[in-house]
Amino acid sequence: TSKTMLKGVRKLIPRVHKLDPGCLLRMSTQAPRSIQLPVQRPRAICRTPESDPAKHGDMHEGQHYSIPLQDLKTIFPHGLPPRFAMQVKTFGEACLMVRKPALELLQYLKNTNFTHPAVRYLLYGEKGTGKTLSLCHVIHFCAKHNWLTLHVPDAHLWVKNCRELLRSTYNKQRLDQPLEASTWLRRFKTTNEHFLSQIKVEEKYIWNKRESTEKGSPLGEVVEQGLMRVRNATDAVGIVLKELKRQSCLGRLQLLVAVDGVNALWGRTTLQREDKSPVAPEELALVHNLRKMVDNDWHGGAIVLTLSQTGSLFKPQTAYLPHELLGKEGFDALDPFVPILVSNYNPKEFESSFQYYLENNWLQHEKAPTEEGKKELLFLSNSNPGQLERLCAYL
Amino acid sequence: MAAPCVSCCRGLSYRLFLGLRVNFAQRQGYWQTLPVDAQTAPESQILRLIHTTVVTTKKNVSASGRDSYTEDFIKKQIEEFNIGKRHLANMMGEDPETFTQEDIDRAIAYLFPSGLFEKRARPIMKHPEQIFPKQRAIQRGEDGRPFHFLFYTGRQSYYSLMHDTYGKLLQLEKHNDPFPQKTESMNPIGSRWLIKEELEEMLVEKLSDQDYMQFIWLLEKLLTLQYGPAEEEFIQRFRRSVTIQSQKQLIEPLQYDEQGMAFSTSEGRRKSARAEAVVYERGSGKIRVNGIDYLQYFPITQDREQLMFPFHYLDRLGKHDVICTVSGGGRSAQAGAIRLAMAKALCSFITEDEVEWMRQAGLLTSDPRVRERKKPGQEGARRKFTWKKR
Repeated sequence: TSKTMLKGVRKLIPRVHKLDPGCLLRMSTQAPRSIQLPVQRPRAICRTPESDPAKHGDMHEGQHYSIPLQDLKTIFPHGLPPRFAMQVKTFGEACLMVRKPALELLQYLKNTNFTHPAVRYLLYGEKGTGKTLSLCHVIHFCAKHNWLTLHVPDAHLWVKNCRELLRSTYNKQRLDQPLEASTWLRRFKTTNEHFLSQIKVEEKYIWNKRESTEKGSPLGEVVEQGLMRVRNATDAVGIVLKELKRQSCLGRLQLLVAVDGVNALWGRTTLQREDKSPVAPEELALVHNLRKMVDNDWHGGAIVLTLSQTGSLFKPQTAYLPHELLGKEGFDALDPFVPILVSNYNPKEFESSFQYYLENNWLQHEKAPTEEGKKELLFLSNSNPGQLERLCAYL
Repeated sequence: MAAPCVSCCRGLSYRLFLGLRVNFAQRQGYWQTLPVDAQTAPESQILRLIHTTVVTTKKNVSASGRDSYTEDFIKKQIEEFNIGKRHLANMMGEDPETFTQEDIDRAIAYLFPSGLFEKRARPIMKHPEQIFPKQRAIQRGEDGRPFHFLFYTGRQSYYSLMHDTYGKLLQLEKHNDPFPQKTESMNPIGSRWLIKEELEEMLVEKLSDQDYMQFIWLLEKLLTLQYGPAEEEFIQRFRRSVTIQSQKQLIEPLQYDEQGMAFSTSEGRRKSARAEAVVYERGSGKIRVNGIDYLQYFPITQDREQLMFPFHYLDRLGKHDVICTVSGGGRSAQAGAIRLAMAKALCSFITEDEVEWMRQAGLLTSDPRVRERKKPGQEGARRKFTWKKR
């Protein structure tokens, strides 16, 4: 984009030609007027000091709020998208923008009726519009309000590129994925440390001849078992999910199930058995258990899901609607759900994002702070948050 | 053996075969007068089928070294051309009296369609003056005495022209005041001096760059003085008009749709992509390509930058809506085609000056680059097969 920032191209500025009426050729670009932006005003536009998601309302729309880095480590050990994680590292702060879809979702969550079956909320939208970050916003809210968050950062990771597939000991037809399960367990433990000692398992689980978990022991033990014996990690995950479901039905805790890229659960996998036969998603134990989790046959919490085309397998690039990405099977399984559309930035949000980058000195080009630079960025990114972020990375 | 001769003295070698007299450099002998010369000048030698070396042929060859066409030959060609023109007019069903050169070109293109890429290789029918190169008239009399007094300078036309021009200059200086004021400027932007090639063609002589510059300098000096209509006419012989490019630009008329919104349509091409763009006067900067938003149709930033260029240049980034259809080519060609179509459509909404500025920025010129043809004996258009030493 440096060349669009008019290094060589002559630009028309109507005032210029009055200086030299005989000259047909345009003079080179007028030197940008030095913008004397008042220092305090931009902060008021693009940032808000309110860091509790519960208090975010319509007046905060378009503004960034920052998550303390300590919280980041506990709440999102793996949950942030990689580009956002890089941005957090660069800027030294994690700032999320408060946007309408997230606000709507928070509104619903605040009014959840814990006696009714869990409602499923599905965030969908075009590529790069901010579904995953809205999900992160919601997770932050729930974590702050002492819900137990069950966050699967990307379900697509479970259906592709798996090194080891073991035959499940629990059920002969299914396949285990020890590595993925153990990573997930580790991060689950970091997030919900304080819950693990409080929840008690309701029945006895026998791992093998020597080890078993007694009824009434804390859930933490199951997690430890899964982490220690990697072979049993998948079963541990299954047990955790089952127990949490049961506990939230009993009303002892509020459960938030957050899955990103939920269309992976009903698509196809790229995994193969040793005899090169393809594996269907339901043959994976993790996927099977997760499908049971996002069913609305329990109450005491909420389920927030995100569709994602980016990591999806065998789906066209232009697909973003639920029925396109989920397929018939997935749509029927998730039906009924509350769809929430996440769209591109509106002008106010774009302005806010632009100011945020300017403040952090992320846009180094001399034309960047000007109106023209802003219009160029607006056109080139078409107000798409993902595109804007990628564009600004070069400037 | 014949090759070096031919390449050096373009076609003169055949004259050796025909037994021309090669002694006098300036004599461009006509074939029918040769036998006469041979008889009257017994000391001359008639060469027969002797291949002289390159050096000697070069010395004896005339300065211009052109193929000689007799005057009668040229006259006959002109008659034939005129008759042929009338025949052609009859064939095409047009009036022979008002059959112009453009009509001839069109008729020839119709009767002899050619798929050759090089335009100059296609069949043409033009006046013999344009086809046969200009010849110098015979410059010596029968006694060998040259007609022109500057003959022995070697470049008589050029020096005589310089002489005349300088004479006029001195005359004007004598008549005028020592410090003349220029009342009106003679040369508006619409005309230019002859270029060196044109001058060479006019004088039928080779010039060097310095000669040409000297001549133009003299003419410029002449311009600064006051002169009358005779000098004006003299100077105009050396000026050619320059067509003002911008007037050639076609500006689409505006159309209005049901809501009363003005819009304008135009097409653009690039390589093998064809695009048609409809630009609406008022809008918010949305662009739809084949029904898809341009962000999804062109995921590559470079293509979107191409689309941005016309609007950015005119400072109208968020002001117009565009709906376009495109087909053919690759992504880059499609982006270029849409850009051209949008720029042309935008011409209807902007001032004449802005159209000129866009033209100078290259937004309104269609890119002539197309894929070069693969040649036989080579792997690609330029790439040759791997060279193996043995």
